[in-house]
Amino acid sequence: MSARGTSTPSGHQPVGISFDRVEKRFGSLLALRKVSLDIRSGEFVALLGPNGAGKSTLLRIAALLMNPSSGKVEFTGAALGEVGGGADDKAPLFSAKRRIGMVGHSILLYDELSAAENLTFFAKLYGLDDIGARVANALEACGLGPRARGLVRTFSRGMRQRLSIARALLHEPRLLLLDEPAAGLDRQGLAWMGSTLARLRDDGCTVIMSTHARNESLDLATRAVSLVTGQIAHDSGSDGDPRPLLAALRGEA
Amino acid sequence: MTTARAAAIVLAKELRLEFRTRELLNLTVVFSLIVVVLFSYTFEPTAAESRRYGPGLLWIAFLFAGSLMLHPSFARERLNDTLDALRMAPVSSFAILLGKMLANLIFLSLSEVVLVPVFAVLYNISLAGVVGRLIIVLILGTSGVVITGTVFSVISAHARMRELLLPLLLLPILAPLLIAAVEATALLLAEQPVLDPTWVAFLAGFDIVFLTASWLLCDFLVEE
Repeated sequence: MSARGTSTPSGHQPVGISFDRVEKRFGSLLALRKVSLDIRSGEFVALLGPNGAGKSTLLRIAALLMNPSSGKVEFTGAALGEVGGGADDKAPLFSAKRRIGMVGHSILLYDELSAAENLTFFAKLYGLDDIGARVANALEACGLGPRARGLVRTFSRGMRQRLSIARALLHEPRLLLLDEPAAGLDRQGLAWMGSTLARLRDDGCTVIMSTHARNESLDLATRAVSLVTGQIAHDSGSDGDPRPLLAALRGEA
Repeated sequence: MTTARAAAIVLAKELRLEFRTRELLNLTVVFSLIVVVLFSYTFEPTAAESRRYGPGLLWIAFLFAGSLMLHPSFARERLNDTLDALRMAPVSSFAILLGKMLANLIFLSLSEVVLVPVFAVLYNISLAGVVGRLIIVLILGTSGVVITGTVFSVISAHARMRELLLPLLLLPILAPLLIAAVEATALLLAEQPVLDPTWVAFLAGFDIVFLTASWLLCDFLVEE
């Protein structure tokens, strides 16, 4: 994987991502087959497809959690400055990681820590400043302010999912990867997620959201891509209309 | 962020989690006490007999307790996939490993603080006059167990049958360390106690070699 960029680094500059003939193999199973996809900064991509289509694998590769078996992944945009410079050759990797947020299948939180302790721990790992206020704001925003000291294991599925989304947004990522983020959310939670994603889209954050089922946040998508058995079956394109693909998903739901 | 700072953050999280649940500490202390107490019934613990068998029993108890304690170190990061969250953070893989190693060192050392006085009483061994030197041997030996065990805990966490895999991988690798630690302890518990620099150097060398190897291989270890 690599990162390219020339402008001054900034935490608020957009990030895009480009997959070039990416394949991922697990033993004899080919989960991704020569996937080529160029996602511009600021796009909101709905990644559609049935279970086992390769959506999660693609997102995990984008999150730097997994290396592709073959092919190339490049981060694009000005946000990844410092590339090729500095004594620390991990600087570009860490720079990319600071700009990526992910909501995965699991909540990526510690059950035996409280909501505030979880967010504080990750805020420290990301080297954020003003952690107390940042954590308090994040908890208020996701509606968990009154349960800040509650252990995550005592939370309902929906509360855990909201906290998981809050964790992913804590460091203000410019590339947000969402793997079935609506799972377990009630109407209130879905509304909060929808308004949060709308704000992020308007702010220029690149969002890739995978789903195999319909949810209201899909209406925010500026592009729809469907994967079937590890291959791109349909792509509305960066300048195309995602609505026919999204309507087809609704039809199947 | 420096590796030391990131490791300290991971260490603080590990301590908070453990002192809240006490899963590892309770299990390890009880297990190692059972081993030491059961062995005390198998022979007449005169001072001479204890000097002969005691150091081996003590280190076997530490080793078993360590392999029991070290398995959950990374295995419990599988719950909710929190290891993914750690790997996504902009910190080095070595910082994650180092934080875990330091936490395990503290936990195993706490078990030893409980176990060693009980061992001294049950086996009629006086530790007066050798406590300082014994602490040096315990720290060096325990560090070796923890460094190697934490590394193998990462490897086994991804595997099937991981509960069995860790002792199978760990115990043969730790055989040289066990010999050195037992010999160094036996010399300290002898009638004329002596801290043998050769065994101490061996223990320190073992720690340095495995810590360096874990630093070199940390990216491969922590990767999926």
